[in-house]
Amino acid sequence: VLLLTLFVVTIAHAELCKPDAQNAFKVRLSIKTALGDNAYVWDANEEYLFRAVVAFTMRKYSSKSTTRISNVLLCNVTDRVSFWFVVTDSSENVTTVPGSEVEAAIRMNRNRINSAFLLSDKTLQFLEITSTLSPPVEPSTPVWLIVFGVVLCLIVAGIVFLIVAGIQQRKKKNKESTEGENLEDKGEVTVTVENGIPCETLDLKAGHINGVFAADDERFTSL
Amino acid sequence: AMEKSRPLWDNPLQFIFACISYAVGLGNVWRFPYLCQMYGGGGFLIPYFIMLFAEGMPLLYLELAVGQRMRQGSIGAWKIISPYLCGVGVASVVVSFFLSMYYNVINAWAFWYLFHSFQDPLPWATCPLNSNRTGYEEECEKTSSTQYFWYRQTLNISPSLEASGSVQWEQALCLTLAWLVVYLCILRGTESTGKVVYVTASLPYCVLIIYLIRGLTLHGAVNGLIYMFTPKLEQLSNPKAWISAATQIFFSLGLGFGSLIAFASYNEPSNNCERHAIIVSLINSTTSIFASIVTFSIYGFKATFNYESCIDKVILLLMNAFDLEEGSLTADNLDEMKGYLMATHPQEYAQLSPQLKNCSLEAELDTAVQGTGLAFIVYSEAIKNMEVPQLYSVLYFVMLLMLGIGSMLGNTAAILTPLTDSRVIAAHFPKEVISGVVCFINCVIGLIFTMEAGNYWFDIFNDYAATLSLLLIVLVETIAVCYIYGIRRFEKDLHTMIGRKPNWYWKVMWAFASPLLIVSLFIFYLTDYILTGTLQYQAWDATQGQLVTKDYPGYALAAIGLLVAASTMCIPLGALLTFIRKRLKRENVSTV
Repeated sequence: VLLLTLFVVTIAHAELCKPDAQNAFKVRLSIKTALGDNAYVWDANEEYLFRAVVAFTMRKYSSKSTTRISNVLLCNVTDRVSFWFVVTDSSENVTTVPGSEVEAAIRMNRNRINSAFLLSDKTLQFLEITSTLSPPVEPSTPVWLIVFGVVLCLIVAGIVFLIVAGIQQRKKKNKESTEGENLEDKGEVTVTVENGIPCETLDLKAGHINGVFAADDERFTSL
Repeated sequence: AMEKSRPLWDNPLQFIFACISYAVGLGNVWRFPYLCQMYGGGGFLIPYFIMLFAEGMPLLYLELAVGQRMRQGSIGAWKIISPYLCGVGVASVVVSFFLSMYYNVINAWAFWYLFHSFQDPLPWATCPLNSNRTGYEEECEKTSSTQYFWYRQTLNISPSLEASGSVQWEQALCLTLAWLVVYLCILRGTESTGKVVYVTASLPYCVLIIYLIRGLTLHGAVNGLIYMFTPKLEQLSNPKAWISAATQIFFSLGLGFGSLIAFASYNEPSNNCERHAIIVSLINSTTSIFASIVTFSIYGFKATFNYESCIDKVILLLMNAFDLEEGSLTADNLDEMKGYLMATHPQEYAQLSPQLKNCSLEAELDTAVQGTGLAFIVYSEAIKNMEVPQLYSVLYFVMLLMLGIGSMLGNTAAILTPLTDSRVIAAHFPKEVISGVVCFINCVIGLIFTMEAGNYWFDIFNDYAATLSLLLIVLVETIAVCYIYGIRRFEKDLHTMIGRKPNWYWKVMWAFASPLLIVSLFIFYLTDYILTGTLQYQAWDATQGQLVTKDYPGYALAAIGLLVAASTMCIPLGALLTFIRKRLKRENVSTV
């Protein structure tokens, strides 16, 4: 009789947990990708941990739940490491918990499940259960506006400085020129122009400026 | 007649730096590598250097000499050569005006990217999440995160030219900042420009050297370099290669805008502009080659990265589908494993095969990109995969800014020098006010390019505002100097300025080679425009996540026509007006 019940139980398990069964989910782990040299081997102990974590998740989700580790069935474990699992109702092991409940439970506690296996959302995949992606941290003022503000202030300060310096210079020049207006205009440097071509260029010999006449501009008497 | 003395550069080095800063611009970084790739890699250098000696150097020397001799901006200088040519100067100013309108938008974009480089991770490294946080934004999924950042978050581009959309305030802010920076640099004329060009000319080289070292040490950079430099000499028989080389040399040196004339007009009359012309044109070309070495090592890195990601994706797909052990499929045994799987599980493999892309390094390297696409998409994609991406990103966009601002200084000098030379305007307004008004007008008009459809208008200006007009302007300039002013008279002027006459090489190029080249370029482009019929543009389709070709609407074509006509018509109109004025004067004299 014991052998018969065991036989029935294993068949029942096989019925409940198989690929594409109702309320069953496929899980895929990429341990080597995530951990590289520190990767652990997937064996029966890891499977036990998985079943325990799923049972924990179900209990946490609905506090009245009495899911036991034996309620979580695993099957079709491959080398990839991927397998199917299903959660059954309490002691009967005949019906399965609706997929929506399992999905909601896992979504809620995804973080805990991931950290139990040292994996992340990408390397511990529950196919068909989409994970909520965490948004990037957004500071209250966008960073770019801050940098923009700094640069803008610097540039405006530079412009104002140059304009004010220019106005001051011009005021000084005006004062000097009004003082020297009655005398011959020596303050301004002038260039005589003939037919629109400056005389300087016509007078230069072979392109070399004669050092004796270094101050070209004063050569011409002002009119 | 008396004239206030002209402001001068503090020393010839400032002049050289100003010319280099103006000539070495974004085109060296984003256009030359593309041309090199398209027209035969290392072999493209042959037509490039031939064109440099046939048209680049002679025309550069011509413009510098004219500016230095006449000591006036473009309008004044051509008026002196012949009163009928005042239209040429005006055409140069109009073209420079169009150029400065749209060119500064690039600086605005560079500022935008620069300000966004101070984050971790870089905003173009990952896609943003969709509204219910279950996955990434749909548009970003279809394309890549860098393209999404460019088209959606920077430009917020509309699906077509007709859908203008509203002005993007972020871009408008950056544009205003860009114009303020330009104003700061040109505020005091050569006094301030002369100091700024020290920085804008030399800083890009520092960054390029850093990038060269970084680029050459990247994984996969060698692939890009080999791909670029293997000469495909059969491309030399393609006439497009020669035309592209000629066009590139022509536009890269910035001839015909009047900027070179403006810069040279602030020279001492005895400045050796022959030597400077040779130096500037050689530095410009070597910078192009240098920049393309950097660009191709970046390309190689990006292509290798994408190729390896593609292979990884295929491996993952196969592993998941057939539940194979991790690590059993590697890049090396992929092909034999594929064959094995195809043999053992034919149906499943057949189901899977549409998703299995054939990853090819060649295909990745073949994607040739130019223009804003190269600068803002390809480079930022490569940067996000480097270590310490923020540092490289900041360096890169600062370099783009320096290149862009250096060219802007030349453009605005071309507009401002004739204005400050003209006694009518200069007498009433100080040069700070004139510069301010010019910058303000340009900034306000530039807001068009910050609208949602702004990038399409940018492309219109980029492709049509300067191309044909410049060819015509420079052609008229060369013919004017050689045949109207007279090459003997020009020789004598040069002898007076520099101390020796130009040798036969210069004279032959000025009189025959360069005009012939320009005429052939002109004819080629005209026939090209006429033959292609309606002009088309690339529009971004958000639903597909890629560019699609569309026809320009009627009013856009009208705008293009207006752009070209506005500058080219100045030349005959100027001649006509001068003719009429002389006739009227003669009549007045005769009636008295």
